[in-house]
Amino acid sequence: MCTVCGCSESETQLSPDNSHSDSHTHDDSHHHYGHGASHSHAPGFTQSRMVQIEQDILGKNNEYARANRQLFSNKGILALNLVSSPGSGKTSLLTRTLQTLKNELPITVIEGDQQTNQDAERIRATGVSAIQINTGKGCHLNAQQVGHAIEHLAPADASMLFIENVGNLVCPAAFDLGEAHKVAILSITEGEDKPIKYPDMFYAADLLILNKVDLLPYLDFDIDQCINYARQVNPRIQIIQLSAKNGDGMNAWYQWLRLTHQTKLIGFQATSS
Amino acid sequence: MHEMSLCENVLQIIQTESQRQHFSTVKTVWLEIGSLSCVEPDAMLFNFEIVCRDTLADGASLKIIRTLGTAWCSNCLKEVPVQQRFDECPTCHTHQLQITQGDEMKIKELEVE
Repeated sequence: MCTVCGCSESETQLSPDNSHSDSHTHDDSHHHYGHGASHSHAPGFTQSRMVQIEQDILGKNNEYARANRQLFSNKGILALNLVSSPGSGKTSLLTRTLQTLKNELPITVIEGDQQTNQDAERIRATGVSAIQINTGKGCHLNAQQVGHAIEHLAPADASMLFIENVGNLVCPAAFDLGEAHKVAILSITEGEDKPIKYPDMFYAADLLILNKVDLLPYLDFDIDQCINYARQVNPRIQIIQLSAKNGDGMNAWYQWLRLTHQTKLIGFQATSS
Repeated sequence: MHEMSLCENVLQIIQTESQRQHFSTVKTVWLEIGSLSCVEPDAMLFNFEIVCRDTLADGASLKIIRTLGTAWCSNCLKEVPVQQRFDECPTCHTHQLQITQGDEMKIKELEVE
């Protein structure tokens, strides 16, 4: 286990959607990730020599991410990776979104948390299929975990897949899951300087959602300054202000989702026809 | 931070290479880490030692080569140096910058026996 931040992949678990069935069990209901060192020793040379490697440290993850992206592309699926600090309102935003869009198109959800099935249960309460990945001590989802989750979820062609990452503004920035876009959610209770305090995440995101704007009258949050900071880090970032609680601004988000989903369908329909 | 996962990935690559390039002990590992990458070199050094215990890289020394950040300024149409992602262009003082170097996370080479 990491004593800096508690990262470890050894406790990762994946729990499929079995909440609404007590009559059967899933033998494969948990995936365990992370294996210790293999202790392998190749018969070798005794003399010291140099070996060229030149490999990306995240090469393995990126291979899995490429495979996920290929699958999404083949099936016309829009996959979005929702990233934020804990408590920004990701799950509330998601449940409200699902209630509005679930009758328009097929949607599935992957929930990432260190522990518990609570978020997946909140999603399933909306009637949408969800799978929970528990990362144990791990501080981010990786592309391999998402690949396994997709096998279980079997998302429909031309559907939308939301991947709610572990609440953490640092580590998930580095791990490509194969998504079309990272969507960063920042609640205005957090402070307007988050984009420059955690620039990697806001650089990696294509859309920034400023959530909880219903609380603006009660806070000193400088929304213009926050937007300036976000654009300093990432001049291309799109920004939507909304409240997942009272619904203000949600239409702009739905519009973004519908348009982005449409762009995925153009190539898919051409291929399938 | 995720340096633990990154060190596990480095070790996996080393183990795969040990089969391919026939070595049984690793004495030194050189990484190239860009100054804009989300990696803290100190955390990397600390985690690497722990991850490599009782493996072929037990006790190996980790050397980190830092590459500097550069970005393309779409206003000035030239490459400029940057220290942070939110830096402005030193010439025109806008933020119309696209990072071109500095987020590398590579394993470069090994000294092995």
